[in-house]
Amino acid sequence: MMTEMIANLKNTFQEQLDAATTSEALEAVRVAFLGKKGPVSDLMKSLRDMSVEEKKEAGQSINALKNYFEEAIAQKAAALEKAALDMAVRSAKKYNPSIPADKEVGSYHPITLIARDVEEIFSSMGFTVEDYAEIVDDYQCFESLNIPKHHPARDMQDTYYLENGQLLKTQTSAAQNHIMKKYGAPLRAIFPGRCFRNEATDACHENTFFQMEGMMIDKNISISNLIYFMKTMLSEVFGKKINVRLRPGFFPFTEPGFELDISCLICGGNGCPSCKNSGWLELCPCGMIHPNVLKEGGIDPEEYTGFAFGLGMTRLAMMKYGIKDIRNFNSGNLKALSQFESN
Amino acid sequence: MFVSMNWIGDFVNLEGLDIPALIHRFTLSTAEVEDVIYKGRDTDGVIVARVVSVENHPSSKKLHLLKIDTGNGIVDCVCGAPNVREGLTVAFAKEGAHVCGTPITAAKVGGYISYGMCCSEAELGLSADNSGLWELSDELPLGKDLKEIYPIDDIVFEVDNKSLTNRPDLWGHYGIAREFAAIAEREFLPAAKEDLAKFSHLPAVDIDIRDKQNAYRYIGVKVDNITRHQSPVEMRIRLFYCGSRAINFLADLTNYVMLELGQPMHAFDLRKVDKIEVQRFNEPFTFLTLDHEERTIDDRVLMICSHEKPVAIAGIKGGLESGIEDDTTSLLLESATFDGVCIRKSEGILGLRTDASMRYEKMLDPELAELACARFLYLLQKIDTGATVISAASDAYVYHIPKIVIDIDKAYFDRYTGIDISSDRIKKTLSSLGFGIDRRGDAFTVTVPTWRATKDVTIKADLIEEVTRIYGYDNFEITTSTSPLYPVRPDRAKSDDNRAKDILVEAFALHEVHSYIWCDGASYKALSIDLPDNPRLINAQTPDNAILRANMTPTLLHFLAENRGFSSRYGIFEIGRVVKGYGENGLCNERKTLGIALCDKTADEEAAFLSVRDMICAIFRQIKRTQPLFVSYEPKEAFMHPANAYEIQVDGKAIGFLSVPHPSVKAKLDRKAAYAFAELDMDAFSAISPLDIQYNEPSRFPAIDIDLSFWGDASAIVFYELKKGFMAKGGEWLQNVTVADVYKSEEGTDSITFRFTFSSKEKTLSKNELTVYIEALIAYAAENQLKFKEI
Repeated sequence: MMTEMIANLKNTFQEQLDAATTSEALEAVRVAFLGKKGPVSDLMKSLRDMSVEEKKEAGQSINALKNYFEEAIAQKAAALEKAALDMAVRSAKKYNPSIPADKEVGSYHPITLIARDVEEIFSSMGFTVEDYAEIVDDYQCFESLNIPKHHPARDMQDTYYLENGQLLKTQTSAAQNHIMKKYGAPLRAIFPGRCFRNEATDACHENTFFQMEGMMIDKNISISNLIYFMKTMLSEVFGKKINVRLRPGFFPFTEPGFELDISCLICGGNGCPSCKNSGWLELCPCGMIHPNVLKEGGIDPEEYTGFAFGLGMTRLAMMKYGIKDIRNFNSGNLKALSQFESN
Repeated sequence: MFVSMNWIGDFVNLEGLDIPALIHRFTLSTAEVEDVIYKGRDTDGVIVARVVSVENHPSSKKLHLLKIDTGNGIVDCVCGAPNVREGLTVAFAKEGAHVCGTPITAAKVGGYISYGMCCSEAELGLSADNSGLWELSDELPLGKDLKEIYPIDDIVFEVDNKSLTNRPDLWGHYGIAREFAAIAEREFLPAAKEDLAKFSHLPAVDIDIRDKQNAYRYIGVKVDNITRHQSPVEMRIRLFYCGSRAINFLADLTNYVMLELGQPMHAFDLRKVDKIEVQRFNEPFTFLTLDHEERTIDDRVLMICSHEKPVAIAGIKGGLESGIEDDTTSLLLESATFDGVCIRKSEGILGLRTDASMRYEKMLDPELAELACARFLYLLQKIDTGATVISAASDAYVYHIPKIVIDIDKAYFDRYTGIDISSDRIKKTLSSLGFGIDRRGDAFTVTVPTWRATKDVTIKADLIEEVTRIYGYDNFEITTSTSPLYPVRPDRAKSDDNRAKDILVEAFALHEVHSYIWCDGASYKALSIDLPDNPRLINAQTPDNAILRANMTPTLLHFLAENRGFSSRYGIFEIGRVVKGYGENGLCNERKTLGIALCDKTADEEAAFLSVRDMICAIFRQIKRTQPLFVSYEPKEAFMHPANAYEIQVDGKAIGFLSVPHPSVKAKLDRKAAYAFAELDMDAFSAISPLDIQYNEPSRFPAIDIDLSFWGDASAIVFYELKKGFMAKGGEWLQNVTVADVYKSEEGTDSITFRFTFSSKEKTLSKNELTVYIEALIAYAAENQLKFKEI
């Protein structure tokens, strides 16, 4: 009798369990079979009317039935959960990382980037980075650099003059005297700056451009050191070994003075239109600081020697980034400038 | 300047040397060679030939039919030259020859086959003369290749004059040959010259130097019985190869000596100039120079005169009247030295620069004047054998350049070069360049040769250059320095600039730009912005660009306008220099300034304004750990909107401004976009010391936020002042006040909600405990025209 009932109950339970496809339906099945008003509860109540022996046997059967229901429901619940997760995964929206980012990105001026490059290299070699005015006087730009009035060297530079006799600095060397007086010897400094020369502009010429001046002064600074530092710096900037050569060059504030050429970056030194078929590009005037310039800066030229260089940063930036028209630098044209996104 | 290697060969034996390689060494040791030209390389097969018969062309007036004796048979030739005639000896390019690259073939000319071409000097690239056939001497052997007779083959190189600025001795072949001798380690051969002492018994030339400051030396000599008119072929070829035009024998010879020795010379017609005075004049006057130009001479220009009449501008150009003419047979030769600075000034005054003045301005060696005179007389008499010197070579030598002697030792060389150059090598190199050397072991007493002593070589460092450039910088072993390293702290101004750039680029997506230090008149005008009253350039490229900028903003707004369409929202910035008038010391008040400008089509002007405000705040907060105040003010600059101009203040000091464009400027900009801008004085900014980090141990108890809403005028609130008051009234537990919400109503009464954050380090606060403070805050708000909104 009891056995038959239990078998029927199991059948009914299995039918309803199979039909439950949501967690809510499963909960309804649980309440229907295991709830206070459900068949298991009724069976338990029927035990009261049984003999002790009948009770024992029937009690075990009812417990077994209860366990059977609970286990089946737990399994089904797990299955439903898994199915729901599977469904969630299957039905999820697929995202596309290839669509363009809409976050705005800013940009640095190419001169900032190239200056930071050079500054970082020299800082790592113990050079301080200095700043200096753009409007200077005749003493700073010429006299203190061993260029007296009517010196032919003044012809080389077309200077912008102001009404009060001041001028726009034509070369970063204009800061040499100031920095020597500020620090004395020994001294290692670089000073980037904007320079001005009164000339017509075209794709290759600008009246406003940047140089990076450098000085190193100590008791035994030599021409050999100068070549070393220039070669190291340029190799670091370009990220490859750069061949350099020195030729005599005349600058009143150096003795000896040099023109530093680097092997042409475009043809690698074989000769091309960019280097006028010479294989070399003129990049950086440099030299041993003239004793008169040291003296004028308050440094004893018998005790100290030093080198200085004036790197054409605008030119360097053009070479490094392949900028063909120098006028882009001061154009404010964001189509060109916004490409220099980060360091 | 052009340099002929044939000419160099007169003074140093170049035999067996690789000439192009040697020229390359010259670049590395002396001065940059800009170009190397191989003269005559594309000409061959041109021979000496004779015109044996000339027949008129039946239908052409110009053409003639010739029979040419090539020394190896007779050939037909058609020729159009005007000077063709029977018996003429010509330069004949045979069939198969090349004339300056053009192949000569048998070709029909005017219906007749021509088996070659009779050439002019110009066609052969030997001179500019294309007036007719080159008439050769009848004594030349027929059939001989012209290249075997004349120095048509040559290697000529060009040196940029600028790279010779400091080397007056290199303005002639002689000095350059000395360099080649040193570079190639070959002997330098002195130029053949006349012995001037030979003429000392002859009557003197009357030379009176009245301006002894500016004329150092004047040698004058008279020559008579000159009959030659045309220079020898060899001389004309050299002159032409070196960029000079042949004129007549005497003019050519002065040019030749100048190109050879670097000493300008002048030949006066003796009929017009027979005595010399050198002086300046107090009163200005005009003077007609050789080039038929009237020149105004003032009291600064040195003149050569004869019998008190000006005959030449000293060192620059001769006068038209006193110059040699075709019938000149006697001359007074000038070989002189003038002060370089005086010549330079005169060039500027006259606006005239000549081959002579270019050399004089470099300060020539007075000793050279004597050598040049002796060389001129030697060449003159050699070429025109009848020429007779009829005076002494009179020499007014009023200023001797001091002799320069330098003591130096090998240790100095070692220290300066960083490499080991032997004492033998030092001695050898300096000697080869003409320096006098007295060597005692590793010590030297060096006498600078006169041609290097006018300015060029004066100190030890100059001798270092002489030795090292010949040694070759390519041969240097390179080493890092042995100097000790010291810690280097970055300069605060520099690092502030860099950090500000990083913040603007990385946090606010701004683009960095650069612009000129002067105002661009056109773009100011386009924006209706008046040019500032500020220092000016006296030599600006255009008058429109003469005034230095006083602000960054106008150019930045111009850039924003120029970039219209770049994006719906874009901002730019520049850290650059502006000039705020003249300071008390009369010098320009140059200020390094950050300018920021924003263009936004996606939001209103207030939002753009606040965006720029946020940028300024971020810069202060991240670099200085402080916040500036924005104080409403009346701007001087008309491009700012008077209602929304705020001074950026720190500790009561103005260091910048924040604003939006004045309606008059706005009207010129994109009407659909909002604009805002700010400027910050970076010199003042970097002077601010950053605050230290103020660390507070956080409370373990929760904080309570209390929102209080008020009616009031949101635009009238100065929030940082209100906050100061709230913080003072809110009790010790009040930690912070922020604005939670602003609701703007149409009527001008806005709803403003402040959020007050309370917390204690000892306990969890209850609202009841705060009642008294909240009442105080409401009362304070009421004092500031904020009416508490009942909830």
